[in-house]
Amino acid sequence: MNLTLKVWRQKNAETKGKFETFDVKNISSEMSFLEMFDVLNERLINEGKDPVAFDHDCREGICGACSMYIDGRAHGPWQKNTVCQLHMRAYKEGDTIVVEPWRSVAFPVIKDLMVDRKAFDRIIEAGGYISVNTGNAPDANDILVDRAKSEEAFDSAACIGCGACVAACPNGSAMLFVSAKVSQLALLPQGKPEKISRVLNMVDQMDKEGFGNCGNIYNCEAECPKGISVENIARMNREFLGASLSSEIQKRPVRVVDPMNEQG
Amino acid sequence: MALDAKIPEGPMDQKWANYKDHVKLVSPANKRKLEIIVVGTGLAGASAAATLAELGYKVKSFCFQDSPRRAHSIAAQGGINAAKNYQNDGDSVYRLFYETEKGGDFRSREANTYRLAQVSNNIIDQCVAQGVPFAREYGGVLANRSFGGTQVQRTFYAAGQTGQQLLLGAYGALERQVALGNVTMYSRHEMHDIVKIDGKARGIIARNLVTGKLERHFGHAVLICSGGYGNVFYLSTNAMGSNVTAAWKSHKKGAFFANPCYTQIHPTCIPVTGDHQSKLTLMSESLRNDGRIWVPKKKDDNRKPKDIPEDERDYYLERRYPAFGNLGPRDVTSRAAKERCDAGYGVGTTKKAVYLDFADAIKRYGKTEAHKRGLSNASENEIEVLGKSVVKEKYGNLFAMYEKITDENPYEVPMRIYPAVHYTMGGLWVDYELMTTVQGLYCLGEANFSDHGANRLGASALMQGLADGYFVIPYTLGNYMSGEIRTPAIPTTHPAFEEAENAVKERIEKLMNIKGNESVDSFHKRLGHIMWEKSGMARNEKGLTEAIEEIKALRKEFWENVRIPGGILEMNPELDKAGRVADFLELGELICRDALNRRESCGGHFREESQTPDGEAQRIDDEFSYVAAWEYTPEGEVLNKEQLTFDLVQPSQRSYK
Repeated sequence: MNLTLKVWRQKNAETKGKFETFDVKNISSEMSFLEMFDVLNERLINEGKDPVAFDHDCREGICGACSMYIDGRAHGPWQKNTVCQLHMRAYKEGDTIVVEPWRSVAFPVIKDLMVDRKAFDRIIEAGGYISVNTGNAPDANDILVDRAKSEEAFDSAACIGCGACVAACPNGSAMLFVSAKVSQLALLPQGKPEKISRVLNMVDQMDKEGFGNCGNIYNCEAECPKGISVENIARMNREFLGASLSSEIQKRPVRVVDPMNEQG
Repeated sequence: MALDAKIPEGPMDQKWANYKDHVKLVSPANKRKLEIIVVGTGLAGASAAATLAELGYKVKSFCFQDSPRRAHSIAAQGGINAAKNYQNDGDSVYRLFYETEKGGDFRSREANTYRLAQVSNNIIDQCVAQGVPFAREYGGVLANRSFGGTQVQRTFYAAGQTGQQLLLGAYGALERQVALGNVTMYSRHEMHDIVKIDGKARGIIARNLVTGKLERHFGHAVLICSGGYGNVFYLSTNAMGSNVTAAWKSHKKGAFFANPCYTQIHPTCIPVTGDHQSKLTLMSESLRNDGRIWVPKKKDDNRKPKDIPEDERDYYLERRYPAFGNLGPRDVTSRAAKERCDAGYGVGTTKKAVYLDFADAIKRYGKTEAHKRGLSNASENEIEVLGKSVVKEKYGNLFAMYEKITDENPYEVPMRIYPAVHYTMGGLWVDYELMTTVQGLYCLGEANFSDHGANRLGASALMQGLADGYFVIPYTLGNYMSGEIRTPAIPTTHPAFEEAENAVKERIEKLMNIKGNESVDSFHKRLGHIMWEKSGMARNEKGLTEAIEEIKALRKEFWENVRIPGGILEMNPELDKAGRVADFLELGELICRDALNRRESCGGHFREESQTPDGEAQRIDDEFSYVAAWEYTPEGEVLNKEQLTFDLVQPSQRSYK
């Protein structure tokens, strides 16, 4: 099939971007969306032009690198899908497709369709783990875990950190991403000891990065390639409220409490 | 050079304990002054960087991806082995060791493989403590399943996303150390060379992929954890960015490259559809627990699978290998598929595919479910619905992935699968301490050669990556670092850094100045074609000899005619790829040389000249029971041999019949 692509081109974070239009020809319906870009880039290289830069790696929907905003949808028209798993049978002869990078103040554009998602790493740094040094662990079956809880934790843990939730949200909120990690660890007995500091520190970091607030629109859930549920956001809000009201807050390594300004 | 594997004294089951009891230690005060560079953030790299930082070392961690969480370990599906014997089915450290050794066709170093089995249990404990949501039974204990090449249930799993969950655990541990200031993270950075001073690895030259600038980084030791080289075949199940560059640069700086010809072709991947194909997708080996593999008994049978009656189907694995059936090891299972397709029994449009059929499993599970619910007169339709729900729970994400790619519903029609390049057992030669032939240069995970011999069993890659990073290197590195406590950090103005950086700069400029007519991808595809046709699932002397000449010619053409757009000091993915493909063009030749030298069949290396009368791989132990460790010299690659000795197992003709 023959298609028209309108692709966001931006040299780097400092320069302004604009759309550029390309005609692509003889695209097979069996190709993936990224393979269609491979075809375009091969042509641009042969014409001596700059190929379109985009993030991608595993091309099987699990690494979370690919990140294109296609016709107003994060990861394109298919539900529960990443761009790399979108196939060209989703399109028909003559279609025009608009492709942009994730749009968020917290995800600055590096080049073309490639953005900087280090903010997500920094949110994890703030508490997205269980503090257990290697070698400290008891036997794996010493702590029994309710299977239903374990499965719920797994569903939250399926997040691939792609950032589609942020791109899809009119407020640019990262609540789905943050709440998925908070939920995973809150649901497991192993995560309990740090639950107060974890949620407070991660939410604090999320705010510092410039992500917006949740407006209960649920675009994030609709566009999430792994089907992460907005129930996680509700759970995080409960965890956050509980932690904020906890009398134990002063005894926890919570960043929002600045030890330099503490009275005493 | 004589290779010393530094295997500790004592009986096999005491070696690791003896080693740990007597290894030199570094005091906490000294650890703070010692710097370590870790290249790669997959299971091996992330677990090593996190653990060494926990111990107090100053760590610098590098990955080419935008975040360490995206390393390709994330894509591992099926599971991770451990000798817990939770299922009470006769498993033990010895059995895990033995099956790994046998699965590797008796071409791995016993002491390393034994240690791997020993530490396997600690890994599961650690991961559970990190919050890895493994599958569980209703009673709250961990669940297990079977994997190819074994007769016990020792595989721990998190649906079809085990690698993802384990990596996110290690990534969390790593980010915790970043937050504490013990690890400095360099994402979107690629290692371009090792810096050696007085024979020791003392740092790396890295390129910042966003700015294009070269950077010098010092380390008292350098750990290469950069994964496998399967992308030398162009099409593989590896990620697009997976590459050999860090290992290859190490090789050119003195690290021997061992057994490069041991490449694993995984039997269950989605078949190729056309020339546009950029990568291949694996369907987890765990599917063989419930899927039955078959082809029609008639050649060129174009009927739909459901129209082919039971007695006209050839369940060739069950026929040839009744003891293991569909759960044979990967090398044997892949070759059996190739044999059927080459003989004209393949299915699908390209005829390069076999069926993986779940109809029986759906029926079986459906009946059990009906029984559980007390439905004594369940209709076939009800049973099917119930069965599908069980299969969905076990493999839902894999079935969904299959449907997205092929537009076929595997609950209704059998999957079509074909073997594809998946894993590389070869890699940098390391001793028992995981040190390469360069002092202070270590290699962990898939990038080294040591534990899987000529064929890796399923669910063992995750085990090895985490064993190396969490439980081996934290001990063995101390033995070297204890001798470095008097070495202050060497400033990167040292001439050795200058020289290495200049060499990297020259090479990049040389690539950019070719300004030829053919894209990097085009060269990569051509290399992949040679490798797959002549050094793929079956190899022979004629093909390999031709391949060596073809690769040499292709390499020459690449350096005369590759076209790289853009500039050096900017984000330039084409330039990044060009550097990697240039290295693959050198490695490809070495793979063929190694395959040519090894005139026996073993594991993933099948030499057509060496097979049993019924077409199985025929080892030649008298001649080839050694590790082929290739040494890079300006005059060419020189073969060094590490003779393999067997104290615990007696190498035998591998049988899964």
